[in-house]
Amino acid sequence: MGKLSCTLWLILCVFPQLALANSQFNMRKGVTDISENVYELHMTIFFICCVIGIIVFAIMLWALIHHRKSKGAVPAQFHESTKVEILWTAIPFVILIAMAVPATKTLIAMEDASKADLTIKVTGSQWKWHYEYMGEDVEFYSMLATPQDEITNLADKNPNYLLEVDKPLVLPINQKIRFLMTSDDVIHSWWVPDFAVKKDANPGFINETWTNINEEGIYRGQCAELCGKDHGFMPVVVEAKSEADFKVWLADAKQAKQQAALADAALLDQTLPKEELMELGAQVYMASCAACHQPTGLGLPGVFPALKGSPIVLGDIKGHIDILIHGSPGTAMQSFAKQLSIKQLAAVITYKRNAWGNDTGDVIQPSEIQAALDADVEAN
Amino acid sequence: MTHAPLLKRLIIISIGMFAFAFALVPLYDVFCDLTGLNGKPSLEQAQQSSVIEQTRDVSVSFTTHAQSGAPFEVKSKEYSVVVKPGEMREVVFSAKNSSELDKVMQAVPSVSPGKAAKYLHKMACFCFDQQPLKAGEELEFKLLFYVDTTLPSDVEELTLSYTVFDISEQLVASNN
Amino acid sequence: MSSIAEQPNANEAHHAHHPAKGFKRWLYTTNHKDIGSLYLIFSLTMFLIGGAMAMVIRAELFQPGLQLVDPHFFNQMTTVHGLIMVFGAVMPAFTGLANWMIPLMIGAPDMALPRMNNWSFWILPFAFLILLASLFMPGGGPAFGWTFYAPLSTTYSNDNTALFVFAVHIMGISSIMGAINVVVTIVNLRAPGMTWMKLPLFVWTWLITAFLLIAVMPVLAGAVTMVLTDKYFATSFFDAAGGGDPVMFQHIFWFFGHPEVYIMILPAFGIISTIVPTFSRKKLFGYASMVYATSSIALLSFVVWAHHMFTTGMPVAAELFFMYSTMLISVPTGVKVFNWVATMWRGSISFEVPMMFSIAFIVLFTLGGFSGLMLAITPADFQYHDTYFVVAHFHYVLVTGAVFSIMAGAYYWLPKWTGNMFNITLAKWHFWLSLVSVNVLFFPMHFVGLAGMPRRIPDYALQFADFNAIISIGGFAFGLSQLLFVVVVFKCARGGEKVPAKVWDGAEGLEWEVESPAPYHTFSTPPEIK
Repeated sequence: MGKLSCTLWLILCVFPQLALANSQFNMRKGVTDISENVYELHMTIFFICCVIGIIVFAIMLWALIHHRKSKGAVPAQFHESTKVEILWTAIPFVILIAMAVPATKTLIAMEDASKADLTIKVTGSQWKWHYEYMGEDVEFYSMLATPQDEITNLADKNPNYLLEVDKPLVLPINQKIRFLMTSDDVIHSWWVPDFAVKKDANPGFINETWTNINEEGIYRGQCAELCGKDHGFMPVVVEAKSEADFKVWLADAKQAKQQAALADAALLDQTLPKEELMELGAQVYMASCAACHQPTGLGLPGVFPALKGSPIVLGDIKGHIDILIHGSPGTAMQSFAKQLSIKQLAAVITYKRNAWGNDTGDVIQPSEIQAALDADVEAN
Repeated sequence: MTHAPLLKRLIIISIGMFAFAFALVPLYDVFCDLTGLNGKPSLEQAQQSSVIEQTRDVSVSFTTHAQSGAPFEVKSKEYSVVVKPGEMREVVFSAKNSSELDKVMQAVPSVSPGKAAKYLHKMACFCFDQQPLKAGEELEFKLLFYVDTTLPSDVEELTLSYTVFDISEQLVASNN
Repeated sequence: MSSIAEQPNANEAHHAHHPAKGFKRWLYTTNHKDIGSLYLIFSLTMFLIGGAMAMVIRAELFQPGLQLVDPHFFNQMTTVHGLIMVFGAVMPAFTGLANWMIPLMIGAPDMALPRMNNWSFWILPFAFLILLASLFMPGGGPAFGWTFYAPLSTTYSNDNTALFVFAVHIMGISSIMGAINVVVTIVNLRAPGMTWMKLPLFVWTWLITAFLLIAVMPVLAGAVTMVLTDKYFATSFFDAAGGGDPVMFQHIFWFFGHPEVYIMILPAFGIISTIVPTFSRKKLFGYASMVYATSSIALLSFVVWAHHMFTTGMPVAAELFFMYSTMLISVPTGVKVFNWVATMWRGSISFEVPMMFSIAFIVLFTLGGFSGLMLAITPADFQYHDTYFVVAHFHYVLVTGAVFSIMAGAYYWLPKWTGNMFNITLAKWHFWLSLVSVNVLFFPMHFVGLAGMPRRIPDYALQFADFNAIISIGGFAFGLSQLLFVVVVFKCARGGEKVPAKVWDGAEGLEWEVESPAPYHTFSTPPEIK
């Protein structure tokens, strides 16, 4: 009897505490109605499995103890019973139907993205996310912001290690947000556990899903489909603001875009000093290039070319700019024209041409980048 | 006892299942066509619409994506339009080749929500054909479409997404 | 020729012209016992190699941060670990057991197609040499997961992918030939009187498995061929630019992939259904029911594949269908578990090593089945998919399920194969060390998966660190424990306490009527079936 009451106490008191309290052991409840529904479904099926398991294993344990040869047990002769077979086929079947009903309801709700207040187009690529606020002319890339030094164990890891980005997706609470997912290259998957939203981003196709966030806060997720080398390094961060704060943020974002365009235009007349370009270039390099080409510029032989001593980096400036602007078709080297500003592009090219002993002495100005971009437009 | 008859049968089944794997390819398309699943809209020119349903509005939004750095800038002149089911509507897209080389573009459409895909009928679409664009050239394309009157009543908005691919090199390779 | 009573003399005559010694014997053998041994030794070797890769994975994941390997190599480790364990360890092990035991169990002198049998085996080391060699070539081996989704495996992979495709084709041909051999053997070579409902359950489960193999391995061949042509011959099966669809790859792959996992567990069910009655000294409960349940599982396995694809953007109707069919498949599986328990109930149970592994199987495989049922619930699956919760699930059903059953079968039949009892003390150590360490290794994976850790990542956020350290320690312990198994097996092959024909006192079946070790040729005359 002691064993039985211990077990019951475990089930009724301890497990639920574990389940609710500690998100190290269990799925989180999340901050949307759907995520709470999903949590309930999870706990229900878990509970059903626990009960069935305890019953079956208890019976087995009893047999292992009391029907032992060493205890003198004599084997019985029965070896079939149609009645019993029917019973233990029918009872689980009924339990499953009971489980399927709430699951069906929740699934149908989860797949109904209609009547949304705001639509975000999410584009996955190797190895970052791009967000576009449809109809609002705000869009940006969102990349891992954890410094390489933390990843290579040269610096202590901060609390949001691998779950932080330079520009989070900002959303309003209490509004239905529809997500349109696609990919620029391979299949990725956009996942935010606190919303119970996970949907694959397939190249050439568009998927949709939705959420409605109940609480302000910062919510972190990750890519959930193997997409190559840095699959583990392209997190998702959503910042949920009150509707009023979101409106302010959106207006600011639009303004910031215009200001950045003006700043870029102003840069075209300036000649920036080499030190400034090298410093900015180093930062851009570590954030956008080092993952493949390595902080040492040595790349990964056979996979990613070395930049140190590279004929492209040491050679014709126009050719070098061209690779950054257009990417290298047929390889993993993508175009960075949309991702980096002309100042950043000028800086990172300057950095590469002078780092690691490359020492070309070349200094590339933003105006040269703009000229290359314009040449594309004018070429006729 | 000879094993030959059974052996033959089993070998034929294996080969048949290998063929079945390839048969899954058109079967998949047939299934997608029949049900409009996976947001795979038809790439065939649709028949003219005959009836317009005046009592409901459907909003159709457009978005585009240039795949893997393809040097095309494709934009719809209008982000979204409101149509009545059965009503024919034209939307203009501009497509520009922003590179220094002549290219060929292929646009691939996808519709969200998936279940609405088979109700979107395109009379004229730049996605029906491969589109050559000279270096720096900008062209206008017309999309002429209507939404079927049998569109389920719970669908009030659709998004038509075009992914545009640079297929210039594939064409060169297959011509050689 | 001679009747059973005279068999010992006939066998002595056979011993006189024993097979050739040395490498040629093994290269040219068409003897099912030899080929069975070849498969088993090959599988054990591959298990250790795949296990070494798992050790690399767990060593990197021991702490957050990148310490030992770069992410591209890590992806190769996870990919090749999976390929080796599935196609190099589990499947060949079951095939080895089939080769050894099916002819003995049905009273046949050998497999129906002995020369094809030789080929089936020998192309396997060739295939795996190619696969393993690709790891050392520039660019590295396959790094797209054992599931090789397009376009990661087509447009975005390196040229060593061609070697991967070639190796998979060869493994597939080996499996198909093996399966054909099993079917023809069971259908045509049963001793007279061995009717269908008298077949030992291990033979039934292998017959059904063989049909699954013949049905789906060619589909894998198709999928992998399409990957090859998309990559090199300008087809667009999976490329939207050419009118293709990457999600279609997943449909084709999982149409193979789901029956594949049942291919990897049905023989296990057969082994457990053999061992539990022996050590309970009681007939298997519900023999007919077990046959029907196994057949239902096999049939249902064809209509559940898209439960691996719930997040791909399927329409709701399809998601619901696959949720229901997947939940349904737990019913016949549950029936089997109940029948094993009912076999033990009011039996006379003893705890020899094969029985210990079988009991562990029943408990731990069921645990894996429970997480599988949870995964079937589509809305919940959105939170579990591609996390360590899935990794926990399939390692429970494959390691504490399939692998434990293989070890149970090995311990059960080793004395028959070698004539020697294995070192029971060492074997018990192997069992207990494995049991504890395998749970330290895989149980916490449920937790980190639920807490949000994705799979196939070489580095992780700090909240997953503590459990990952525990998991890695369990991994190292489990890996080391398997060396004990190697020692036990090799010592047993070389010597030990001699055993009679009927090694275990509750054992039933034709294999226990021949000597231990089983003579090189057995049942040259079919036995009488009572």
